[in-house]
Amino acid sequence: MKEITLGQYYQTDSVLHRLDPRVKLIGTFCYIISLFIVNSWPGYVAAGIFLAVMILLSHVPFSYIVRGMKAIAFILTVTVLFNLFMTPGEPLVSFWKLTVTREGLSFAVKMAVRLVFLIIGSSLMTLTTTPTQLTNAMEDLMKPLKKLHVPVHEIAMMMSIALRFIPILMEETDKIQKAQMARGADFESKSIIQRVKSMVPILVPLFISAFRRANDLAMAMEARCYHGGEGRTRMKPLIYQRRDRIAYGVLAAFFCLCLSLRLLKF
Amino acid sequence: MIEVKDVCYTYEAGTAMAVNAIDHITTTIPDGQFIGLIGHTGSGKSTFVQMLNGLIKCSSGQILYNGEDINAENYNRRQLRSHVGLVFQYPEHQLFETDILTDVMFGPKNLGLSEEECRSRAEQALYAVGFKERHFTQSPFDLSGGQKRRAAIAGVLAMKPEVLILDEPTAGLDPMGRDSILDLVSELNRTRNITIVLVSHSMEDVARYVDRIMVMNDGHFILDGPPTDIFVQVDKLEEVGLSAPEITYVLRKLKARGLDIDTNALTYEEAAEEILRHRSQLEALRTRE
Repeated sequence: MKEITLGQYYQTDSVLHRLDPRVKLIGTFCYIISLFIVNSWPGYVAAGIFLAVMILLSHVPFSYIVRGMKAIAFILTVTVLFNLFMTPGEPLVSFWKLTVTREGLSFAVKMAVRLVFLIIGSSLMTLTTTPTQLTNAMEDLMKPLKKLHVPVHEIAMMMSIALRFIPILMEETDKIQKAQMARGADFESKSIIQRVKSMVPILVPLFISAFRRANDLAMAMEARCYHGGEGRTRMKPLIYQRRDRIAYGVLAAFFCLCLSLRLLKF
Repeated sequence: MIEVKDVCYTYEAGTAMAVNAIDHITTTIPDGQFIGLIGHTGSGKSTFVQMLNGLIKCSSGQILYNGEDINAENYNRRQLRSHVGLVFQYPEHQLFETDILTDVMFGPKNLGLSEEECRSRAEQALYAVGFKERHFTQSPFDLSGGQKRRAAIAGVLAMKPEVLILDEPTAGLDPMGRDSILDLVSELNRTRNITIVLVSHSMEDVARYVDRIMVMNDGHFILDGPPTDIFVQVDKLEEVGLSAPEITYVLRKLKARGLDIDTNALTYEEAAEEILRHRSQLEALRTRE
């Protein structure tokens, strides 16, 4: 369980860490869109350079980011293989019933690059932003929806609680798993049915503990007079600084570059 | 017998958050001993006991159980866990079956024993921790806190361990629940000759039961010996945020006042006896003041 580092906040001090979370949220959104706008190699190179600069700025060790990628290696491989073999076109190599086409190869590689950039890009946001900051930013950006009677604050609060509980429940799972292993439970068995069955001694205690924690939390919040978003103020209100405006400028420039690469058909 | 040879363990190795939880520990746990493992929160005691039954693999060093390296490639660690039973903190959180008996049978079943053998072991274990037959079909979630914990301990006992490790078995229990658990453990040690390692941060808990106290701080043992030797070094205990039992302080204060008293008493009864034995001196002291 401990190996899942994909997008877990990495504590250090960098420009990216200090940036306003709203900028990072919008920035990541823009980056993802631009990844789907570009469809040529110069575009991918531009996206790659942009990402590399961001990683350098973030002070997060590259090895730490790559380690997180292991979790999605399987999905990535499957996607690449499907694209490689299922795309019709000019055959390049063929063996048994499978044929690799020129189009398939180019498509598969592009898809892989796109996916890797997408995942690193979005995990870079969560690596440099605490979940609290992130939900604060969301609440702020969704504020206009309040006019439509969308419970923005409540949604943000639920999100931050959900995010907060992920590491707690992971730790709990780890603890319960160890406790059952101490009672001789076997989680390394080969057969799938056995593996599914062996999950019961973990899931039942986990659910019970999740409900217990939720109850405790609700009680603790009520004890401190929590009553929703009405009239609630922030300890650290989000205010744009000079660096945030500069970041918006850089983002806009990158987005325009991607757009023009697409429109000029480079 | 468990031999621990120059063992280290590092959490989050290779990152900025690396912590040396266990720092070059060497010790031996002989058969039949009742050991109290004391240390402040975060001193590494939980990590240490999880290494003893192979749930955590040490970063370096060796752990031998009856002479065999438990981290060796082909060592049967599942078998080991039935010999070295570990009861986690708040063990009641691991209960999951619909009734107590089935839950306790989980351990023996994992050992691949027959249904009847599992049942008889579970029943024995439940009787040993003080349950009656009418409880067996109850849901573990309907029990009181202390009962749940005893049911969870039975779950490990049913595997018939030779070494039983309990991680803070009394945390969050009322005094009565605490005493009943400690009495139970002590009885297991005396009648069945099970080696016990009792992890705690409270000296009061362990003082009157154990043969040997190991004091842990920052990932290594700073004191190791019979209780009377440990409590003499009150200063060293206080340095690491622990304390000697209350009675030790009382006796030491009396001694400081000029009473020729033995400060090694471990239980309230012994202390009371010791004080009563010096009654005449005490009277003299009072009249002088």
